[in-house]
Amino acid sequence: MSSNKESFGKTVGFVFAVCIVCAALVSIAASGLKDKQVTNKLLDQQTKILEASGLLSMTDGTPFSIKETYGKFVEAKMIDLDSGEFIDGDPLLFDERRNSRDATKSEKPENDMAGINRRSHDAVIYIVRNGAGTVDTVVFPIVGSGLWDLMYGYVGLEADLNTVKSVVYSDHKETPGLGAEVMNPKWKAKWPGKKIYNEQGEAAVNLVKGGAKAGDINGVDALSGATLTSNGVTRTLQFWFGKEGYLPFITKHNDGGLI
Amino acid sequence: MSSDAKKVLTKPIVDNNPIALQVLGICSALAVTSSMTNALVMTIAVVLVTAFSNFFISIIRNQIPSSVRIIVQMAIIASLVIVVDQVLKAFSYQLSKELSVYIGLIITNCIVMGRAEAFAMKEKPGVSFMDGIGNGLGYGFVLMTVAFFRELFGFGTIFGMEVLPLIQNGGWYQANGLLVLPFSSFFIIGLMIWAIRQWKPEQVEKD
Repeated sequence: MSSNKESFGKTVGFVFAVCIVCAALVSIAASGLKDKQVTNKLLDQQTKILEASGLLSMTDGTPFSIKETYGKFVEAKMIDLDSGEFIDGDPLLFDERRNSRDATKSEKPENDMAGINRRSHDAVIYIVRNGAGTVDTVVFPIVGSGLWDLMYGYVGLEADLNTVKSVVYSDHKETPGLGAEVMNPKWKAKWPGKKIYNEQGEAAVNLVKGGAKAGDINGVDALSGATLTSNGVTRTLQFWFGKEGYLPFITKHNDGGLI
Repeated sequence: MSSDAKKVLTKPIVDNNPIALQVLGICSALAVTSSMTNALVMTIAVVLVTAFSNFFISIIRNQIPSSVRIIVQMAIIASLVIVVDQVLKAFSYQLSKELSVYIGLIITNCIVMGRAEAFAMKEKPGVSFMDGIGNGLGYGFVLMTVAFFRELFGFGTIFGMEVLPLIQNGGWYQANGLLVLPFSSFFIIGLMIWAIRQWKPEQVEKD
């Protein structure tokens, strides 16, 4: 501690200077790249919604054509989950992850089978129309616990709000090769035509271990080697299409009189 | 390029490999090697972070008070890692969703810290920069090799392209479930260390 370099004042001053320079570097990078990050995130979301509605094949995969197709056919709308009514609000500003951590904007579900802890009061759904303007698909966002963490995804339903068009996961941390097979196109291809509700009107859709029997309209093959992920998917779907999820909305609108 | 700089650049790839010889940075080598794309992005990130942290630390090496040198090194490394993470988020959202956690963990990657402390604190900026690139590449070489075997036999693909068609996709190959899991990298890294030491017996430690 004899040399001048090691004096107390010099040490504090040096550390302070390093911190200022590093902080400036990080801030410049973060704010300079923000626009691009937001655009990317939105593009990723739009891609998944188009995939859930079956329109992705209409695009050529470039950001421009995804944006164009999305803008032309998809309309995002806010709904109140408890009443099932449309409400005012900017869907672009809605953030499910933020709301579900905010006690004033979310509530604890009575029966939290999806393992989400808190559920936002509101939700955004995506109404997809065909060229003639009639409703073709309605895309519902879903979230629920898998084996390791929450899994985020979208379910596309046909205009009867019962027949499944697709189940698309966008964000998950499941085991590669096992639970992560929710992303496998072969598994996704088993969904079209399945029904969410049984004849009693209960959300009965489920993944069947060992494979769904022929003629089982509510059952889809479970993922082999991924029982806990499969259970998570079943519970997530049953929660979100049950009375604490989209059921109030679906009951109000499934007579085909959607908007 | 002088022969010195060249040596600094190429030596860490096999002769003084940070993973195979020094056995550093194993944790991230387990985590990101399930696919070659992830391993490649991680390699690029580590090369950049190690090179620039070495460079900046070397520039101020004579000013750093030795009592706080580790903290100063950490501050520089952490800032660089955040910048890399931000850039990745801006230019490849898909990859950043998968890798973000591990990119953050570069901060604690022993290789970066080890090079800063062992090399950049003593040497000039130019050669430190080279040393950072070399060590990043040495790390990447192991990562890519491990990822090659894990992705090929665990998923039947290379860089996401189908090579061995899987049974679940209508092919004939039964994927090796062990290689899908991170700890299988221990076996591959162990075999690599054995192979390298067979080839270069001078790397074997004396009892």
